[in-house]
Amino acid sequence: MALLEVRNLKKYFDTPAGPLQAVDDVSFSIEKGQTLGVVGESGCGKTTLGRTILRLHEPTSGEIIFNGENICDYNKKQMKAMRSKMQIIFQDPYSSLNPRMTVSQAIAAPLILQGLYKKNDKAGISKRVLELMDLVGLAQRFVNSYPHELDGGRRQRIGIARALAVNPEFIVCDEPVSALDVSIQAQILNLMQDLQEQLGLTYMFITHDLSVVKHLSNQIVVMYLGQVVERAEPEELFKNPTHPYTQALLSAIPIPSPDIKMDRVVLKGEISSPINMGAGCRFAKRCAYARPECMEPQTERQIAEGHYVTCCRAGVPTDN
Amino acid sequence: MGKILEIHDLKVCFHTEDGTVHALNNVDLTLEDGITLGLVGETGAGKTTLAKSIMRLIPSPPGKIENGEIIYDGKNILELSDTDIMSIRGQEISMIFQDPMSSLNPVITVGDQIAEVIQVHNKDLDKKEVFNRACEMLEMVGISADRAFDYPHQFSGGMKQRVVIAMALACNPRILIADEPTTALDVTIQAQVLEMMRELKQKFNTATLLITHDLGVVAQMCEKVAIMYAGEIVESGTVHDIFNNTLHPYTEGLLGAIPKIHLHEKRLQPIEGLMPDPMDMPKGCIFCDRCKYATERCKNEHPQITNVGGEHTVRCFLRQDEKGGEE
Repeated sequence: MALLEVRNLKKYFDTPAGPLQAVDDVSFSIEKGQTLGVVGESGCGKTTLGRTILRLHEPTSGEIIFNGENICDYNKKQMKAMRSKMQIIFQDPYSSLNPRMTVSQAIAAPLILQGLYKKNDKAGISKRVLELMDLVGLAQRFVNSYPHELDGGRRQRIGIARALAVNPEFIVCDEPVSALDVSIQAQILNLMQDLQEQLGLTYMFITHDLSVVKHLSNQIVVMYLGQVVERAEPEELFKNPTHPYTQALLSAIPIPSPDIKMDRVVLKGEISSPINMGAGCRFAKRCAYARPECMEPQTERQIAEGHYVTCCRAGVPTDN
Repeated sequence: MGKILEIHDLKVCFHTEDGTVHALNNVDLTLEDGITLGLVGETGAGKTTLAKSIMRLIPSPPGKIENGEIIYDGKNILELSDTDIMSIRGQEISMIFQDPMSSLNPVITVGDQIAEVIQVHNKDLDKKEVFNRACEMLEMVGISADRAFDYPHQFSGGMKQRVVIAMALACNPRILIADEPTTALDVTIQAQVLEMMRELKQKFNTATLLITHDLGVVAQMCEKVAIMYAGEIVESGTVHDIFNNTLHPYTEGLLGAIPKIHLHEKRLQPIEGLMPDPMDMPKGCIFCDRCKYATERCKNEHPQITNVGGEHTVRCFLRQDEKGGEE
């Protein structure tokens, strides 16, 4: 059984100009111990999706089924207990830590909030904090340091330790490495892979970096303007990208080898406003293959084992 | 291909209350007409300081160019008077800054901002001509001229970066310094901007210094590459030298640390440790603390940059001994 299943999830924000459809009818599931990669450009709703799954935003409609139970029906108290099973690592290690808390205070906070330790159990808390620091590879000498004394990689390790403090099963990783330098990024990615193996964690990995997602995921979801346009296993997706947006996204990544010159599909135009979008394909305005059928609502269809595409051209013999 | 800019032995320090930061040490670099040179390095390696030194934009105090020369057109930029450098800056050497969101003035229309550059360097042109030129520049970077009356907040990130590029190219400079021009942009927009920069380079034969930390961008855009680490250039050469015949352990580390989309690999090879504190540089090789090949000699002696054949240079004892290069 899947650990997490999301069915027809929607999150609309009210704006003066009309509803902003940040997440629109998204469905997928994640098996225990696996990683789901969510890719898309800024503004496509990937962060909102991650936060809505944790109910940090209230979903507009849809179901979030975690371990067989629909957590959308949970009340506040049940949800608080649930948060020890579902955690999040935030994007920016520079702004997601309280500058006035030391490393040990920051890591201890979730332990106390979730009631795992009594506030006055100083010895117990400090033992667990040191254990967590070991787990994420933070040297113990930093235990009384403040975030500003540490570099980005170490700060992100604090963020990971905080998320792991309450023994979660599922972690939403919202661009955990995009603020870091490449050499540090590799350290953090390796750490996250090790932790997944050691603790049997399930990740939802949100990023705009396709090479990172390919490296980590068992399953990839490509989002465009609040909707899933394509999902498949990484091998299949990279070998056989079918949605025109996925194709453009893949061809836009500069390959770090001077011998491979890319056959670019350069997209015209930019992502349009997510307010008052028509019923048709949201990518049609930028799509080189757009035709009248694209103005109709699109349905997701399976074109290969585990490979789903939301495009009316998919599976039909092409003219290009 | 003519050499257009030569930097010799450049050394820049920042004197702060806490001590002296050695931002650049013994940097040598050459730019040629029509060639894009990629300058690669991590945060704090000194890439932007190098660019600002060429533009003479190092704030002083605390910054000070302690040593070296930057020869442009037979003249040492570092010795020019303020008026002389003003006529070069923007006109002959211009710069695209990293963040398009913060490098435009929010209360001036984009047309006027581009026009300002042209007006400053062409005092004999009248206002109307200048504005027409500004509109032509907008068209050239793919923005319709009737948007000249819009303000920066009315543009998206990619379009703002195009405006910044239009400003930098407005006077048809001979050298363009692009400091992380696409880092703030999404990949599909990055592809558009890079494509445009490539076309413009072919059209105007501009010498470009492209500063980036993205090795993918370098592989696709540059003919030559210089790798920078903690204020020094540790390896330089043609793009093939760097990617296919990597010598310096740091370059090797950088290439191992990025997930490669065209290959399948189980685990990344990170570079352990952190960059040295620029106030307290190691005595020997600046990379020796993180280098898996480091020997006693690396800890005590500072290696010099050495040519190992063709245009390929490297700053490493180990590789110099292997290749038998000469200083």
